[in-house]
Formats: sequence, C-alpha cells, structure tokens
Amino acid sequence: MKLNLLKVITVLISVLCLSTGAWAENLEIKGSTTVLPIAQKAAEAFMKVYPDINVSVSGGGSGNGIKAIIDGTTDIADTSRFIKGKEVALAVEKGVYPVPFGIAYDCIVPVLHPSNPINNLTINQLKAIYEGKIKNWKQVGGPDLQIVVISRDTSSGTYEVWESLIMNKARVYPGALLQASNGAVAQAVSKNKYAIGYVGLSYLNKELKAIKVDGVEATMENALSKAYPVSRVLYMFTKGWPSGVTLQFINFMMHPAKGQKIVAEAGYIPLY
Amino acid sequence: MNKKRQLKDRGIEYIFFIFALISIVILCMILFFLFREGLPVFGLVSVKDFLFGEYWYPTSEPPDFGIFPLIVASLLVTMCSAAVAIPLGVMTAIYLAEIASKRIKEFAKPMVELLASLPSVVIGFFGMVVVAPFLQEAFDIPTGLNLFNASLMLAFMSVPTICTISEDAIASVPVELKEASLALGATHWESIVRVIIPASLSGLSTAVILGMSRAIGETMVVLMVAGGAAMVPSSVFDPVRPMPASIAAEMAEAPFRGEHYHALFATGMVLFVFTLIFNFIADYISNKHRQVGASTL
Repeated sequence: MKLNLLKVITVLISVLCLSTGAWAENLEIKGSTTVLPIAQKAAEAFMKVYPDINVSVSGGGSGNGIKAIIDGTTDIADTSRFIKGKEVALAVEKGVYPVPFGIAYDCIVPVLHPSNPINNLTINQLKAIYEGKIKNWKQVGGPDLQIVVISRDTSSGTYEVWESLIMNKARVYPGALLQASNGAVAQAVSKNKYAIGYVGLSYLNKELKAIKVDGVEATMENALSKAYPVSRVLYMFTKGWPSGVTLQFINFMMHPAKGQKIVAEAGYIPLY
Repeated sequence: MNKKRQLKDRGIEYIFFIFALISIVILCMILFFLFREGLPVFGLVSVKDFLFGEYWYPTSEPPDFGIFPLIVASLLVTMCSAAVAIPLGVMTAIYLAEIASKRIKEFAKPMVELLASLPSVVIGFFGMVVVAPFLQEAFDIPTGLNLFNASLMLAFMSVPTICTISEDAIASVPVELKEASLALGATHWESIVRVIIPASLSGLSTAVILGMSRAIGETMVVLMVAGGAAMVPSSVFDPVRPMPASIAAEMAEAPFRGEHYHALFATGMVLFVFTLIFNFIADYISNKHRQVGASTL
C-alpha cells in the first residue's frame, strides 16, 4: 500500500520535472482589447521566427494591463491610452518604471446605419449629439428620426479619446446607450437606423457607414498627416527598459517589414 | 480493532468537516476582499450620495459616483422579468407535476432544464441580434436594447430555476392531501388550486425568490441587451444600466485602486446586499410556511 503511493508520487514528480524541463522562454502580453488583434498576430509571427520563445497574449483592458505591469504578472502591457498619473504614482511606489512604446496609430470613426443619408458631421455637431442637445437627425440635415446615441463604457480607452477630442471635457448625456466593446458598438449600430456610434478604424465594415469629421475622411494618410481630428497612439508598456526576450519582441514590433506590416494587416495605421 | 474503526470514522468526519469549511472560508475571503476594496469610496462620497446620487460619471473631473439609476435599473429589470417568469415557471411546474402524462413529462422536463444550461452569453447574443431588431420593428421604438428586452431574456434564464424547484415542491406535497381532497368530491382543478398550491406555497415562494436572485445578479445578458444608459427610465422601452452591467463593462479599464475601482467594488457590495436579502427572504418563507407531514391511518 505504502509502496504504491510512493511509486505514484515518484512518477508524478518525474513527469512534472520533464514538463518544466523544456527550455522554452516565456513572454506574457496583456492589456487593451483594441491592441489585442495586433498583439495576437505579432505573437504568432514572432513565434514562427523564434520557435524557442513562447508568447502568450490576453486581453482584459488597458487598466488591467498596466496593473499587471505594476504587479509584475506580465512582461508587456498593451494600452489604447497613455498611462495615468495615478498609475505612475502607484508604479513608482512599488519601484516599477513603466516604459511606453508607441506601436501604431488608430482612428476613431463616427458610424451610422447605412440607410442614413448623412455623410459629414462637424466636431461641434458630434459634441451636441453626444451631449443630448441635438436629439433628431433633421437638426443636422437628415430624416425626421430620433437620434439613438451609442457610446462606450466610461473607462475604455476609446471613450477617453472620444471624450478628450470630441467632447472637450463635456459629459456624454446619461441617456446614451453603453456598449462594452468596439464590436458591440458596430453590431448595435448596424442593426439600428436611428443610431450613431464610434469605433476604431479596424472595426469598419460594409454594414456600417463611416462618416467624415469636419469634412475629413478617416484614412491612413489623413491620420498620419494629423488632418483627421480623432486619432490616437496605441502603446506597449514594458517594466523598466526592456531586455532579453521583451526587447526582442519590441524590436520585432517596431520593425517596418515585420511588426509594422502586421499593424497594417490588422487594420490599424503603422508608424511609418 | 474496534478502536481502529472508531478512529477511521472520526478521521472521515474531520475530512468532510474540512471540505464543508473550505467553501465557507472562501466565501469569507471573497467578502473580506469585496469590502476591503469597496469601502474606501465612502471616504470620497457619503453613503447617501452614493446610493441616491443621480449621476454616474466615474471618470470625469470631478467624478460623480451616484448609483441610484443603476439600483433602479436592477430592481426594475428583476421585477419585470419576475412578472414574466413567475406565471410561466409556476404554471409549467404545475402542469408537469400534476397534469402532464408520464410520457410528456419525460420529454418536457429535460427540455426545461436544458434551458438552464444555455450559457448566458448565448441568451444575450440572441437578445441582441434577434429580439432587439424585432422589438424595434414591432413597436417602432428607437432602440431594441432596453429594459423590456433585458427582462424578457432574464425571464428565460429564471424560468428553469423557478420551474424545477416549484416542481419539486409540488411533487413533495403528501399524496394523502390530494387523495383526501378528491375523496371529498373536489375536482382535479379544485384540488390543485385549493389544496396542492397552498400546501406547496413555501416551496413555490422559495423557487420564485431564488429565480429572482439569479436575475438580479446576472451580468452578461444585461450587459448585452439592456442598452446601458445610466438614467432612471421613463418607459419600459428605455435603455437602462443595471449594476452588474456597469461593473462588468468598466472594471477592466478602471485604474487599479483608483476611486473608480473602489466605486465599482462598492456597487458590488450593494449588489451582494440585495442578493443576501433575497436569500434571507427565501430562507424565512421556506421555514415559516413549511408543510409538516400529513396524518394518515
């Protein structure tokens, strides 16, 4: 009886030893769902080039990514916004110095149902719509229909960009619908002829009508030349200046023919 | 030899005791964590402003942490879903326990229980993609993502809970009561209404309340189909944002240990208190109105 138990334990221990005995290096990437498609594709391409390195990618949001950097549970944090003052304070308190790397640009595009005839809205009109001051499409030259305003949850990176660039610190009115992801906004707008929403560039599809802002279309060129008013930088944060595998990955990400090509494939705007 | 057996018996008792203890310890740890992360927000806003504040702007400067619209939304969604789910669940249970033939019962009961095993994200997706456009067309309203849609989807989720527990309650009514009623000349229908339902009332109430506490805590469905506007609705077709939806949508991006983070945990505390009240009521009713046996010859 006792001997058997001993045997089982010996086998278990040796199996455990074997499984951890493979000398693969690990790299953890965590954070914003906006950056997730880029990180996912980049990780796959990276692992093809360096088969010894095991990259695991997960979402969870910009805030969670930063938190994971501070806690030391991830090597790279993806964020769709810059780190906040409070987060920096918390990091420094724990002796961590997050280093940002801008890896791509993204445009945030106002979208309507394809049946809506409106093609262009000014920033002021968008602001008034999201403040609940303009409530009917006919006030901006459309059909006589109530406007259904769809916004993102107040803590998403996309919302913060919208808030600072369009709302100019005014509040989105409480009657606005809230959706928890870019995909959900796209879904809701494509099913509702009353609706207006905003999504990242990569979420545009033929069931959505992207409109111009102040007469400028959301394209790669207009974002790079800063003519398009609602664009942002996407970041990867590392814990201190990167070294080893983390540095290898960041270099891969910034390489014009490798990582930056993947950025374009994922539907975002490469740095150069 | 005897001593060894006694020892073994004691040993097994302790093992079971430890297993029972584990779940209690885990519950206490979660509670401790919830309150530790939630209470600091009350250094910023008073309990009254938090519970009855009308505006929820956690990220603006200065922030507003008023969850009144969220509490109202949670309660309304739960009540409306109960209005749909209670008749549906209880009547199905009566039918299955009393009226249905054995063959129908063997077929229908697993079906109802299968409804319980549908993942909430599937029900939410159904509400978002199928029910919302339908409601919008049928009632000519601006958005199908609203209080009504969410209540309907939550009702689908609580019907199996209500039905299964009610059915057990009705089936456990002593058969002598029914026989006595029939022997006195009452019809089947009269026996059901006058004898069987009153006798199983405590079980039925427990079923209803457990079903409702499932609805109030449900997250995915309300996140997807309730619309998410943080205001007190003026009609059943207005979008609302119940507490779990707010927590789920915002927690991922809230700065760690920031005010917003604490406020979301405090919302979780409020939600916990609501569920606790529901469970206490269920417990109280099931103890108070218990049918205690039947006398036979």
